[in-house]
Amino acid sequence: MSDPMRVRATESGGVVDVKILMKHDMETGQRKDASGKAIPAWFISTVTAKVGAKDVFVGEFGPAVSKDPFLNFKYKGAKGDKVTVTWVDNKGGKRTDEATVS
Amino acid sequence: MDMQRRDVLKYSAIFGLMASAGLITPAQAQEWNKAAFEGKTLDDVFKVLGAGKPENSAAITMIAPDIAENGAVVPVGINTTLKAQQMAILVDKNPSALAAQFFIPAGTEPFVTTRIKMGQTSNVYALVKADNKWSVAVKEVKVTLGGCGG
Repeated sequence: MSDPMRVRATESGGVVDVKILMKHDMETGQRKDASGKAIPAWFISTVTAKVGAKDVFVGEFGPAVSKDPFLNFKYKGAKGDKVTVTWVDNKGGKRTDEATVS
Repeated sequence: MDMQRRDVLKYSAIFGLMASAGLITPAQAQEWNKAAFEGKTLDDVFKVLGAGKPENSAAITMIAPDIAENGAVVPVGINTTLKAQQMAILVDKNPSALAAQFFIPAGTEPFVTTRIKMGQTSNVYALVKADNKWSVAVKEVKVTLGGCGG
């Protein structure tokens, strides 16, 4: 089970600032373990943010994104919007969290 | 046995309907761009994305530090006055050049920040697609401690 992400969304002047902190190891596939075997890549590949049914942001990550990825974007919206963020990793793992714009 | 078969038929019909009714959105159906992320060099990635030879643009700001003490966590971002549809962050000297790419729907600001890993001192590129034309901004980030290979 994956840990929840932290989603914070604040509105100012008609623009909503969304900050997301995901919890994920983001293994690159470049590292080796103690016995010299390569640790397989394991990373978030897609992040989608929606308000209602509308996509407000879509990101695709490679393994070069840091451990516990952080993402910040802005869209034109209003207080009270529900921002739903979903990530999917390359092993089919998935997590969705929601925040209300304040 | 017959019941199971009927169930399978029923479910596949439901999924088909969901897809056609738009309940499964294009974003979910959209495949992660494997070829682009596997591109080793900048040119590989430009080619896969269809960017050709992007021109430098003063309208794009590559947000990145001059010096990154820890290559495992380098805060980077893109800000532009162009009407961006798609943006990407590339690191010249990483094992795979493309770090992340973003799709900007109408109504979303052409702005993003995130954190990436850098193996060594390298040029970092902010690639922006606006009006079906690709442009780029570059900034060199000096890394004192590499973030790959740990």
